[in-house]
Amino acid sequence: MKKLSASARVYLAIVFIVLYAPIFYLIFYSFNSGGSMNNFESFTLEHYIAVFEDSRLLVILINTVIVALLSALISTVIGTLGAIGIVTVKNSKMRNTLLSLNNVLIVSPDVIIGASFLILFTMIGIKLGFASVLLAHVAFSVPIVVLMVLPKLLEMNKSLIDAALDLGATKKDVMMRVILPYIQPGIFAGFFLALTYSLDDFAVTFFVTGNGFSTLSVEIYSMARAGISLTVNAISGLVFFVTVIVVVGYYFITSRASKRTGGTQ
Amino acid sequence: MQTKTSKSALFPYVLWIALFVIAPIALVVYYSLLDIHGNFTLDNYKAFFTSVYLKMTLSSFWYAFLITFFTLLVSYPTAYFLTKTKHKQLWLLLIIIPSWINLLLKTYAFIGIFGLYGPLNAFIEVFGFDPQQMLFTDISFVFVSVYIFIPFMILPIFNSLDRLNPTLVYAARDLGASALTTFRRVVLPLTMDGVKSGIQVVFIPALSLFMITRLIAGNRVITLGTAIEQQFLVTQNWGMGSTIAVFLILFMVIIMLITGQKDKGGRVR
Repeated sequence: MKKLSASARVYLAIVFIVLYAPIFYLIFYSFNSGGSMNNFESFTLEHYIAVFEDSRLLVILINTVIVALLSALISTVIGTLGAIGIVTVKNSKMRNTLLSLNNVLIVSPDVIIGASFLILFTMIGIKLGFASVLLAHVAFSVPIVVLMVLPKLLEMNKSLIDAALDLGATKKDVMMRVILPYIQPGIFAGFFLALTYSLDDFAVTFFVTGNGFSTLSVEIYSMARAGISLTVNAISGLVFFVTVIVVVGYYFITSRASKRTGGTQ
Repeated sequence: MQTKTSKSALFPYVLWIALFVIAPIALVVYYSLLDIHGNFTLDNYKAFFTSVYLKMTLSSFWYAFLITFFTLLVSYPTAYFLTKTKHKQLWLLLIIIPSWINLLLKTYAFIGIFGLYGPLNAFIEVFGFDPQQMLFTDISFVFVSVYIFIPFMILPIFNSLDRLNPTLVYAARDLGASALTTFRRVVLPLTMDGVKSGIQVVFIPALSLFMITRLIAGNRVITLGTAIEQQFLVTQNWGMGSTIAVFLILFMVIIMLITGQKDKGGRVR
């Protein structure tokens, strides 16, 4: 392999700087005792303290985490069952229809998902708030889980199941002790992605949330519309910190898992 | 696995499809036929074909095109150079991390950066220019959108470049093709799939952005997404909002058909 030329390195460096500059800019000014993002007066942690002293913000944070965990859990169950179900469908036309329906929510713009769910929830009489947000997050996470689990199911050797049945395993045993352990990495990946989708979502939540309920991104939007507030900077510092920990953790878990299975990732 | 138990596993999933995939689309189409009082009418469609909405659609497409174009322009070389680095997976991960930070936070950062007293204006002043109001301009809107979409474009292009068999490039060079010809006739056609899925994941969301237009473009830029949000949450005219949504869905389907992957026969058009 040829070595990277100097101009290529400079180009890559610029891309990296531009990608990270806004994030570090935010974090840098989160320590500013002055009230703006322009001149740095002196170092302070007051904005971080403000985040933890603002009980409204803490409630929103807890809401966000609860919605993310619950919706990821529910969608992982539905999605895993769905993937197992799809594999059993022998009619290829029907299978393709199911798969294309599965992808509709993945490619649809958030605005359309949000608007159509708003109509749906109003029609069937679900009060806008926690319930509607949770349902919406479950709804858009299910296809992601299916897409993570399906490849694992497809690469699984069918003779494993036949062997288990020959050896006297019941159908329940086959499910619990053969299929589920085999597709476990896919299930974890699906859960994890559903979690991050839920934590990250703004547009859909914005449509289906009522007055009394808010998640972090909806709250950030209304704070940002009101103008610059260094509390938002402090939040972004915390978010960045948590993200990096999660990403690094995920990277090590997956690279260790792929080493264990002989790098079949 | 053709047991009854695994067939019944489909039940909650099919229920999910019916309730959250089919029903919402049907409802959007149904609502597009209602006026603000709930009477059946085709007026919304008539309204869509008036100059106001056509102009908006056209400008929405124009911005989406600009955003996709610049994103591609930045992302292709980046993806290309990334595949040439040592530890390329790690570098790719570093490109992906910013995309995991909440989009609103990154957009919010630019309110400060582009502000009248922000670092960009301070930088310009060093060269003797007067500070400009950069926030609430079209350029700032396109810039922030490109910034947001770059990782999503790099990922598919990186994957297709990574899958490219390097011996094909060596062969082309051995046969006397210049670097440029090799790129144009070998590398680019073979990575077209990645480029197409990159365009897909950028163009469709770019048509429907609404938070960036509100925060950065200060309502100067109206995309289809902004219009839908406006109709649903501000004007409360769900009928008109649904009509715009129907057209957005149509455009989306068309774009997917154009950029969709053809059968894997290795056909070069």
